[in-house]
Amino acid sequence: MIADFSWIRSEPHGIHILPADSWIDPVHPVAHALVTHGHADHARGGHGVTVATPETLAIMKLRYATDEGAQPVSYGESIKLRGGVTATFIPAGHVLGSAQILLEHAGERVVVTGDYKRRPDPTCPPFEVTPCDILVTEATFGLPLFIHPPIAEEIGKLIARLAANPDRCVLVGAYALGKAQRVIAELRAAGHHDPIYLHGAMERMCRLYQEWGIDLGELRLVTDHDRDAMRGSVVICPPSALNDRWSRRLPDPITAMASGWMQVRQRARQRNVELPLVISDHADWHELTRTIEEVNPAESWITHGREEALLRWCELNQRQARALALVGYEDEDD
Amino acid sequence: MHAARAPGLMERFAALVDALVYTRSRNGKLDLIADYLRTTPDPDRGWALAALTEGLDFPAVKAGTIRGLMHERIDPVLWTLSRDFVGDTAETASLLWPEPPGDRLPPPTVSEAVDLLRGMTRVSVMSDLPRLLDRLDATGRFALIKLATGAMRIGISARLAKVAFAQAFGVPVDEVEEYWHGLEPPYTPLFHWAADGGAPPDTENLPLFRPFMLAHPLEDAELDLTQYAAEWKWDGIRVQLVHAGGETRVYSRSGEDISGSFPEMAAALQFPAVLDGELLVRGSHQGGEEGGAASFNALQQRLGRKSVSKKMLGEYPAFVRLYDVLILDGEDVRGLTWEMRRRRLEEMMPRLPAERFDLSRIVEAQDFASLTALRANARDDAIEGLMLKRRDSPYVAGRRTGLWYKWKRDPLLIDCVLMYAQRGSGKRSSFYSDYTFGCWDGDPDEGAELLPVGKAYFGFSDEELKWLDRHVRNHTVNRFGPVRETDRSLVFEVAFDSVHLSKRHKSGVAMRFPRISRIRSDKPAHEADRISALKALIRD
Repeated sequence: MIADFSWIRSEPHGIHILPADSWIDPVHPVAHALVTHGHADHARGGHGVTVATPETLAIMKLRYATDEGAQPVSYGESIKLRGGVTATFIPAGHVLGSAQILLEHAGERVVVTGDYKRRPDPTCPPFEVTPCDILVTEATFGLPLFIHPPIAEEIGKLIARLAANPDRCVLVGAYALGKAQRVIAELRAAGHHDPIYLHGAMERMCRLYQEWGIDLGELRLVTDHDRDAMRGSVVICPPSALNDRWSRRLPDPITAMASGWMQVRQRARQRNVELPLVISDHADWHELTRTIEEVNPAESWITHGREEALLRWCELNQRQARALALVGYEDEDD
Repeated sequence: MHAARAPGLMERFAALVDALVYTRSRNGKLDLIADYLRTTPDPDRGWALAALTEGLDFPAVKAGTIRGLMHERIDPVLWTLSRDFVGDTAETASLLWPEPPGDRLPPPTVSEAVDLLRGMTRVSVMSDLPRLLDRLDATGRFALIKLATGAMRIGISARLAKVAFAQAFGVPVDEVEEYWHGLEPPYTPLFHWAADGGAPPDTENLPLFRPFMLAHPLEDAELDLTQYAAEWKWDGIRVQLVHAGGETRVYSRSGEDISGSFPEMAAALQFPAVLDGELLVRGSHQGGEEGGAASFNALQQRLGRKSVSKKMLGEYPAFVRLYDVLILDGEDVRGLTWEMRRRRLEEMMPRLPAERFDLSRIVEAQDFASLTALRANARDDAIEGLMLKRRDSPYVAGRRTGLWYKWKRDPLLIDCVLMYAQRGSGKRSSFYSDYTFGCWDGDPDEGAELLPVGKAYFGFSDEELKWLDRHVRNHTVNRFGPVRETDRSLVFEVAFDSVHLSKRHKSGVAMRFPRISRIRSDKPAHEADRISALKALIRD
C-alpha cells in the first residue's frame, strides 16, 4: 500500500512532497514550503516560498519581520503545485490561522493535520473532517490518560482562585501564540471583564489577534502598572517567565499554568505550578482516536508526540498505521 | 447524605494530598498538614499521618496488585506506555481507572478505607479494591492507591510531618520524634498526649530508635582544631544499637530495624545503652591492618537479608566502630558535650566484646594544614574522608550548622560514554534522567566496544536535564520498553568515590556513588576512557 504513495515521504526534517519538491513544516530553510500554523517549531523562517493561510503569514511576519515569498491561501482554497499536486488548506482548530493540508495527486488524497483539536475555540474555526487515503496525524497527547476536561471547568477554577485571593494575583503561564488568547477569550465568555495584565512578550500577538477581529477585552501591560493595581487580577506570561525574576514585581502571585501537561501532577511540580489548568490546544486521546475513526483513512501516519500508544490503538482496532520519525518539533509548552 | 461533611472523609485526605503536591513552600506544607491534623478526628488523622510518613503496609496491596487490576481494564501495552510517561503507578491508575456506570456510592472515611484494606487478602483484593476505587473520583483514587501501596513520594519527609504535628499542637518536635518510633499507627496515645494534654507515651523500656545527629559538608572552610576533633569517615553504614527492656535492636540511618541481618551485633550489646557507630565487616581493605575493615563491597553481601547463614557470618563477620553514646545505663547523655560523651564511651569500651566493637580513633593533627595532608592521603587507605566534630557539641537530632562536618576526599573522575537512558520518576517524571554509561574495552579505533560501567541519575542541573532529555530523544537508536539506547555520541565526566571488582557487571567493575560531574559535549566518544583506566583505580 505504501508504495502507492511514493510521491510523499516523511523525512526527519519535514514531510517531502516529491513531484512538487515542496515541504510541509520543514525545520530547515527550503525553496518551497507549506506551513500548517504559526508556532515557531512548524513555521521556520527563511524559505524561498511560504504557502500558508493569511493569518499564519501575518504571525510569521510578526516574528521574522519579513513576508518575502509569502503566498496566502484561504481556508477551502486550493492551489496547484508543480508535478500535478494540489494543496487545500482546511481549518484545524488549533490556533488562529491553523490548517490541515489536503494534498491530491493522481487521484490519491493525503491529509496532514498539523497540530489540531476538536474542542470549540473562540479564536479559530473548528476542525473539519476530511476523507483521505493517508492521514498524517499529530500525537502530542497520544496516551489514554490524556482526557482534557471541558475548558469551562478549568476557567471556573481560575476565577474561583482569584475570588478567594483578592490581595494576590493569579499568574497564568500560557503559550504566547494561541493559548494566551484562548484563555483570555474564555475568561471573557465566562463573564470576567476586568482588565487582564500581560507580560511584554504577549503584547504583539494579542494585538494581532485583535486586528483579526477577536475580542479580548481590556488588556494592560504589567510594566505600565504598579503592584497594587494588579491585586485580584489575572496576569498572563509565557511559561518561561513563570519562575523568572520578572514575576517579583507582581503582588504575591499564585502560579498557574494552562497546558495539557498539567493533567500529570509531576509535570505541574516540575514547573512549580500551584494551580494547574488542564487547557490544551491539541487533541486529547479521545479526539485523536475519534478523528482516525471519522476520517477512516486506509493508513495513518503518526508523528511528533507519543506515537507508540496511538500506533498500538490502531493495531488493536485493526487499522493500518505507522510512526514517522520527525525531529525538531517541541510540544513542551502546550 | 450527611456523610459528605464528615471531617474524616477520604476526600478530605485526598484534597490534602493534592494541595501538598502543588504547594511549594515548606511553611505552606506545614500549615496544610497542621490544619488537617487539628481538624480531623481520631483515628482518621493518625492513619493519614502514617500514610504521609510511609508508615502503612497492607500485605495484600502492592504496586503489582495495581498493575494486575489495570491489566484487567486496559491493554497492557497502553498501560505500560502511560505508566512510563507519568512515572507513578498510583497517578496513572487513578487517571485510567474507568468511571463506574451509574451513581457513585458515598466515599469512605480514611479509617474505613484502612479497615477495608487490612481485611483484603491477595485473592479478595482483586474484587474488593475495585469496589473501593469506584467510590472515589480521580483525586481520591490517587490518594487511596498511594495510601494503600505505602509510598507517598509527594515530597513530604517524615521529618516534615513530625514538625507539622509539633506545630499543630504546640509540642516540642524532638519529643514527637522520640515517642513516634515507639508507637504504631494510628498513634492514638501520641494525639492523646499532644492534642488533649494526656500523659506522654511510655518509652522508657522500649528499644527505640533515636534520631541521628548528622553532619554538613565542609565547604572551603578552615576549622580551628582546638575547637574541633577529627575522626576518619569509614565507608560502611551508620547504625544505632539500642538495648532496653532486655532487647537489643540495630537500626539503620533511616530508623529501619536491621537486627535480623546482623544477629551477631544484636547479641553483642547486653546492657541498657544507645550507641552510634559505623557498621563494617572485618578485613584489611580500609586503613590497612590497623583500620581492620573490609571494603563496602564486603558489607554489601550482608545488607538487605532477612536471615543470614552461618557461612555468611563466618565469611563476612560484622563489627561496629563506635562514634558516640546517647544513653548509658539508663542515663540520657545527649545533653553532654562531645568530649564528655567521648570519655564515657572510652570508659565503657571494656564492657563490650572486642570482637564486635572498637572505637573510632581520633585523628591527631597539629593544625588544619597537616589535617589536609592526612586527608589527601586517605585514598590510599580507601577511607571516605574525615569527620570534624565540635568538641562542645551536644548530641542533637538532624543537621545543625556549625556542630559536625563531613569532609569527603575529592572524587575520582573518568570520562564515559552515554549508552542508555531511562525515564525518571517523581520530580524527574517523563524526563530521561537515569543514564547508563560505558567505557571502551580496548582501543575504539581498532574495533573495541563500550561496556556499561555504571549508572547515575544526579549531578546535573535542571537546565542540563532538559538538554540531556532532548539529546536522548534526538539520538535514540533503539527502544526497549522504558529504556532508550542512544547513538553513543555523548561523553560524561563521571565523578565517583571508589571502584571495586564486581562479578555482577560485564565490565567486571562497579563504582560507588557515581554522578555526572560534567557534560563533555565537546569531547568525541572515542576519546572517552577505557576500562583498563578504571581498573587501575581499584583498591580492593
